[in-house]
Amino acid sequence: MMKPVVYSQLEGKKLGFYGLLALLGSLILIGLGAAYYMEHQGHWVTGMNNQIVWGMPHIFAIFLILAASGVLNIASIGSVFKKPIYKPLGRLSGLLAITLLVGGLCVLVLDLGHPDRLIVAMTHYNFKSIFAWNVILYSGFMGIVGIYLWWMMERQMQKYYPIAGFVAFIWRLMLTTGTGSIFGFLVAREAYDTAILAPLFIAMSLALGLAVFLLVLIATYKWTERPLGEVILQRLNNLLGVFVGVVFYFVLAYHLTNLYITENHGIESFVLLNGGIFTITFWVGQILIGNILPLLNIYVFDFGKTTVGIVVSSLLIIFGGFAQLFVIIIGGQSYPLEMFPGMTVTESSFFDAAARHLYEPSLWEILLGLGGVAFAIFITILAMRLLQFLPKSLADVDVDPHAKKV
Amino acid sequence: MNEENLPNPNRRDFIKKASVIAGIAVAPGIVLHSVSQAKSPDEAVSNKIRWGLLIDTTKCAEDCNVCVQACNTEHGLTGHDRPATDPQWIRKIGLKDKMTGKTYSLPVMCQHCEHPPCADVCPTGASFKRADGIVLVDKHICIGCRYCMMACPYKARSFVHETLEDQKSYSPRGKGTVESCTLCTHQVDNGQQPACADACSNKAIIFGNLNDENSEIAQTLKTVSSAALRPNLELNPSVRYQGL
Ligand code: SF4
Repeated sequence: MMKPVVYSQLEGKKLGFYGLLALLGSLILIGLGAAYYMEHQGHWVTGMNNQIVWGMPHIFAIFLILAASGVLNIASIGSVFKKPIYKPLGRLSGLLAITLLVGGLCVLVLDLGHPDRLIVAMTHYNFKSIFAWNVILYSGFMGIVGIYLWWMMERQMQKYYPIAGFVAFIWRLMLTTGTGSIFGFLVAREAYDTAILAPLFIAMSLALGLAVFLLVLIATYKWTERPLGEVILQRLNNLLGVFVGVVFYFVLAYHLTNLYITENHGIESFVLLNGGIFTITFWVGQILIGNILPLLNIYVFDFGKTTVGIVVSSLLIIFGGFAQLFVIIIGGQSYPLEMFPGMTVTESSFFDAAARHLYEPSLWEILLGLGGVAFAIFITILAMRLLQFLPKSLADVDVDPHAKKV
Repeated sequence: MNEENLPNPNRRDFIKKASVIAGIAVAPGIVLHSVSQAKSPDEAVSNKIRWGLLIDTTKCAEDCNVCVQACNTEHGLTGHDRPATDPQWIRKIGLKDKMTGKTYSLPVMCQHCEHPPCADVCPTGASFKRADGIVLVDKHICIGCRYCMMACPYKARSFVHETLEDQKSYSPRGKGTVESCTLCTHQVDNGQQPACADACSNKAIIFGNLNDENSEIAQTLKTVSSAALRPNLELNPSVRYQGL
């Protein structure tokens, strides 16, 4: 019989705690300032333009949204797939699912041409638009995960929480499918016109969510000096390897199916061979740093099994995720529309003749994105300070009934 | 120590604290002012009409830019010498056949699709098609997400990247919203033609009602061979090209 898990708040008495909050607070303020500046000046001060209409803010936002839905997976494994060892992690997993989503949505909203019209977006729905459906999916996700957390944390409701867990699990799959479909429905653009984007996004969400989860888990347990055992760490580390493998598989499938369709050869050679920065980012950032190195680290190198090694793998995967989103979001727009098959565009004042559309991210966009990340972490810490999210101990003896006594 | 007895937060406590967190979480996003009402599209517009353009590329001169200038003047589209972000509702494109080397010159603007992808993806319904086929953006409910620009197969839309000055009262625009060719609704609704068609001295742009068999545009379309751009997308645009 396993011991019941004991949860407690963060103590928050140390100087470092307040230092961290202050640091995050300043990043949030800087991000807000950047958003205000971009809004006030108009978007011309950003790197985005009429060719590249979505830029850095969208990379950050979609990263956070993907990570949010993926991080909930840990809780799902515990409650839906009934793996007891994951159960103590359920609360943190649900919390991060909400906070990361909130961070991502803030970035998305603050980049709008009219953030002040958020209420319009909430009251005028075009039900044909996958974007409008996403608004519903995101709000629903927060509500459901909120209930899930509440039932998980309150004793009288605990018997129901697997139901909420199941609903949340289904909902998160829909949510990521919805996020992938934002791109998947764009028939106008060669890079996106494929059904495989939705499962690819689900795979990415699993890997990115777990990488973020591991970083948060390791950092909090280190800084609060709570025991974090090998059993849990190695379990999660292995899972991380599996997820990265799945992402790799879908990336292969995406490019192979595209190569099969002659029509898409243009965009394929753009990404794989002659797309300049996008080709480099694809091979070095996404494939080498984001897939191959972490896989080697997790499965081959001994270093990968140490706590520092796991942190390194997670960071590599997160970096690779950004690279991948850069290739998908910016690269997909940079590749010019094929409006006149069989013709070369010799002249245009609107960049139709460009071999690729250029994008130089501005500092403002990056600051806004970082502000969103900081905000997500900030509210995570605050929530952990206020409520009992963290098990006091995740030492092997406390989480695994079969662990050897030391 | 009996760990079973450790207090679990009770419901009220949870909800109280959770709402504090939730409050902090949503506050920055909600900067609510200027709640605009949706402007319903002009009631008088009828679906017996489908406005369109026929562009004869054989008449369009390579070095001519008159239609573009007419559009800019008509709608007050002033640039800031920043071509990447300055708005363009109509542009001239030069083409060369990869096989034969034949060259073409033609203006491209919003193609006013029968099935506009911009209107399909727009989350708020700001992008819409009038009953007479003209595709427009309602500047009051556009939130500036630019999803329509991602979706447009003709790259026909511009985002207003700067503060606007000297706007034309009949062609309202808005910083932070998306805009494109309106087919000069203000002219068309008064029985006149769009500025580009008006300005072209080579008569390369014919404007008219595609649904009226007797109109010049419908008559011409019957006799000459013409094509839509990107026909494989099956969007059935109202702008057609002759001689391409
Ligand atoms: S930018 Fe405006 S018109 Fe375009 S999709 Fe967004 S809300 Fe609709």
